[in-house]
This record gives sequence, C-alpha cells and structure tokens, in this order.
Amino acid sequence: MSLQEELQGPPPAKLIVDHVSKWFRQKRQTVHALDDISLKVAEGEFIVIVGPSGCGKSTLLDIIAGLEKPDKGRVLADNEPVLNPGRHRLVMFQESALFPWLNAFGNVMFGLKLKPGLRNSERREVAKFFLHLVGLEKFMEANVHELSGGMKQRVALARALAPNPRVLLMDEPFAALDAMTREQLYGDIQRIWEKRRKTIIFVTHNVREAACLADRVVIMSPTPGRIREVFDITLPRPRDFNSIEIARHASTLTAALKEHGAHATLTG
Amino acid sequence: MRRSLLAIVFFVALAALWGAIVRAQIWSPVLLPSPLSVWDYVVNAGRDGTLLSASIVTLRRLLSGYVIGLAIGLPLGLLTASSTFVEDTIGVLALGLQTLPSVCWVPLALLWFGQTESAMLFVVIMGTVWSVVIATDTGVRTIPPIYARAARTMGSRPFHKWTRVILPASLPYLVSGMKQGWAFAWRSLMAAEIYVTILTGFGLGHLLHYGRELNAMDQVIGIMLVIIVIGLLADKILFSPWERFLHRRWGTGKR
Ligand SMILES: Nc1ncnc2c1ncn2[C@@H]1O[C@H](COP(=O)(O)OP(=O)(O)O)[C@@H](O)[C@H]1O
Ligand SMILES: [Mg+2]
Repeated sequence: MSLQEELQGPPPAKLIVDHVSKWFRQKRQTVHALDDISLKVAEGEFIVIVGPSGCGKSTLLDIIAGLEKPDKGRVLADNEPVLNPGRHRLVMFQESALFPWLNAFGNVMFGLKLKPGLRNSERREVAKFFLHLVGLEKFMEANVHELSGGMKQRVALARALAPNPRVLLMDEPFAALDAMTREQLYGDIQRIWEKRRKTIIFVTHNVREAACLADRVVIMSPTPGRIREVFDITLPRPRDFNSIEIARHASTLTAALKEHGAHATLTG
Repeated sequence: MRRSLLAIVFFVALAALWGAIVRAQIWSPVLLPSPLSVWDYVVNAGRDGTLLSASIVTLRRLLSGYVIGLAIGLPLGLLTASSTFVEDTIGVLALGLQTLPSVCWVPLALLWFGQTESAMLFVVIMGTVWSVVIATDTGVRTIPPIYARAARTMGSRPFHKWTRVILPASLPYLVSGMKQGWAFAWRSLMAAEIYVTILTGFGLGHLLHYGRELNAMDQVIGIMLVIIVIGLLADKILFSPWERFLHRRWGTGKR
C-alpha cells in the first residue's frame, strides 16, 4: 500500500445493528441495558445517539466496537458479523484515554504500529499528517499532562483517525470540555469529516451538539435502553453551533426526549 | 548548584560538630573515634584494596540476588493481579512474607544452605521478591481499565497488551516497587553478611563484623559510611533516570 493511498483512506463502512439486546447480570440485580436495538447506518453517515445517562449509549457503542458481546442479536459491519474489536472500528472515549507513558506523537503511533503493511517511515508520516490535521503539529513531542483538555481530545481524535478506520465511534468525546473549546471542535470535526468520510456514530446527551453534527439523530430512553425516535437533519454543512436552525432542531429533540420520559440538557 | 553547595556545607558542619564532641572527651575515643581517624581508615583501606574488593563482593551478591528477585517478582505480581486463584494463594503469601523483616530469613538460610553463597543469595532474593510482587500487583490494579480497552480497539492482542500497555502504565508503581525491593535487598544482604561468615568472599558486612570483633571503631564507622555512600550512589544511578522519566511523562513530582 502506498503512502498516498494510506492517506486517502478506505471507503467508509456500512453498519447494521440487528435486534441487539444486552443484560448486565450482577449479584443483586440484573440490569436490562439494551432492548431490541435495530439500526441501519449507511456508508459515510454521521449518526448521533442522544439519550439521558444510563440509557445504554456506551453499551451500544461497546457492542458495535466489539468490546462487549450482545446477549441477543448481532452487529454487522460491511455484512461481516462483529465478534471482536478490530481496527476498522476505532473508539474515542469521553476521557481521552491517551497513554501517559507516550507523548502525543507516540500515542498516535500506537495504533499505526499495530497496522500491518506499512513501513515505519510511512507510519511516522501518517502520524504527522493526522497531528497536522487536528492542528497539533507543534505539539508532537508534548507529554499528555502538558496538553489542555481540548488538545488531549484532539490527539485522541488523531489517534483514532490515523489507522484509517472505516467507522469512528465517539462516546461523549467533548462532554468534559468547556463550551468554547467544544464549539471549536464541532467546527473541526465537521471539517475533518468532510475531508475524510467515515461512518461516524457519536454519542452525546447534548441535543444541540446532536443537531449540529448529525445526519440522523437517534433518540434513546432508559430502563431498558430503547430507540424511541429517529430524526433526519438535512441542514447544509458546515453548521454553526449557535445558529437559529440548530436551536430549533434542538428544541424538537428536547421535546421528543421529554415525551419519552427522559430529560436531557438543552445546552450541556 | 546552590543546593549541592548547601549539602556540602551541611555535611562539613556535621563533621565539625562530631570533631568538637570528640575533642570535648565526653566519650572514650575507643567508642567515638575522631572524624580524622575514620577518614584515615577509609583512605588506607581504600589504598590497600580491602574496600574495593569487599565492595565488589557485596555488590555482586546484591545485584545477582536483586535481578533474580525482580525476575521472579515481576511475573508473579502480574499473575496475582490477573488471576483470582493466584491472588488468593501467592498474593496472600506475598502479603504475609513482605511484613517479615528480611533478617528473619538468615537462620533459615543458614540451616538450609550452610555457610555458603547460596545462603546469601537466598536471603537477598527473599528480601526482594515480595515487595516487588506487591508493587507490581498494586500497579496493575491501579491502571484505568480504559487503557486496555483503547488498546484492544486498536488491535492489541493479549501479549502486546501486557507488554505495551499494562507494564508501561504501571511503571510508576513498578519503579517505586523496584526501589523498595532494592532497599530491602541491601538491608537483607548486610544482615546476612554480618551473621554469616563464609570463605568464598569477604563483603562489607564482614568488614563491619570484624571491626566490632577487633573493637576497631574507626573501621566500623568507616564501613558504615561506605555502605551509606554506596546506597546513595545506587539510588542515583539506578533509579534517578527512571524517576526523571516518570516525572516528565506523568507530570508528577513538581512542587
Ligand atoms: N459493566 C457493567 N456492569 C453492570 N452494569 C453496567 C455495566 N455497564 C453498564 N451498566 C449499566 O447499564 C446501563 C447502561 O449503561 P451505559 O451504557 O453506560 O449508559 P450511558 O452510556 O447511556 O450512560 C446502566 O444502567 C449501567 O449501570
Ligand atoms: Mg456513557
């Protein structure tokens, strides 16, 4: 594979979540985390899942990633059942999950080193390319503790993008950041998504965030986790987080959440 | 620079105070020799090679016991952290034995191995292993599980995960465990050398022991100083680089 091809990236994947149910059995009680979840995600689609905490969003992402196994149903990625984690579906977690024993560059290299078919010099080129893409080319040598929260999530994004996954799973990646940094990142993520089409499943409990980013918003409700409603958002991109249309869509989403007995924050 | 100057001034003052007390003749010079006579002993013993050969013998024992202790302790600690069966068996044993002062191994070593190098080695290993096991175990358990999950999604398999994620992630604990293991090994070796007279090598502990037998207080204090200096140097040479690395990467140790 040439470096050029590597930087172009493979086509995004199609995902099918097929009647997935999940229970967590504990000593005292059994939690019914997901109940009969079905979802079809097209190639290159940006899906945002919204729901209050505890409604099973993270569990659903874990199952799609292959980190957890469903008790019923299955997940298909490009018509192949997902049985294990694999580098075609990378996850970006709420806390950055960056490795403190590596610097920013080392963190981005971690996943690349696990990717066969590349020379080490090419891996370094790819890592630099993605650190550049997230605007951190000056911070390659920085240690994790020296980065701000927003920069950490940028490195985490570069780390997730670098091995060129076909699906990007993002679990409330910006929840811990301040509003300013977050708005910047909404811009960045849309720009990057335009450039490097990926199938993205993005989890949040923030309806404005959902309206700003999604092609489709999936509303979930808790106990047990169910999909209640799906909204198409057809606004042109890039979208401005503070625009009136976004606010309007957000209030529709809030109304839907309330109707399904769930309260999410409007602004987050 | 200023700080090392301060340290030098402090130790010179300490030696001066010591000299003043000797000159005041509160204790007999047999019990408290002057700093100069201690210095003379150290210089002479250094010149005739006694110190060097004793230090080499001691350090060789220490290093071999320590390395074996690490080689046993590290994997054991990984095992106790990852299997409840090992945790409930070896883990509990390690916890118990770690509280045992390492001198307590000396009588047993003597009975099992006699006055041999093996007895020395055994005592040093026992002094090292358990604290390394406990530190490794604690380190691995303290790692946020999200590191391993993130690594798995990037395609990390179990062996890769252990060597590239779990071990480096627990490095802060490993280094402090290795440091503690080193201190215990050093202590237990001194105990062994003082109690076990063997013919295969004359260590610093033996010099200390014979200093006492001969009532040569300058020798006793001189050797003690040498032991302290070696301990300090080992700490600087073996562990300071690691600690600097940890502080830089993890952002710890700032005041
Ligand atoms: N490993 C687990 N063991 C037991 N219960 C769990 C586990 N993970 C999640 N749960 C439970 O499953 C439900 C869904 O959790 P989660 O997927 O984390 O929700 P969300 O991400 O939407 O906040 C919650 O009630 C949670 O307590
Ligand atoms: Mg969650």
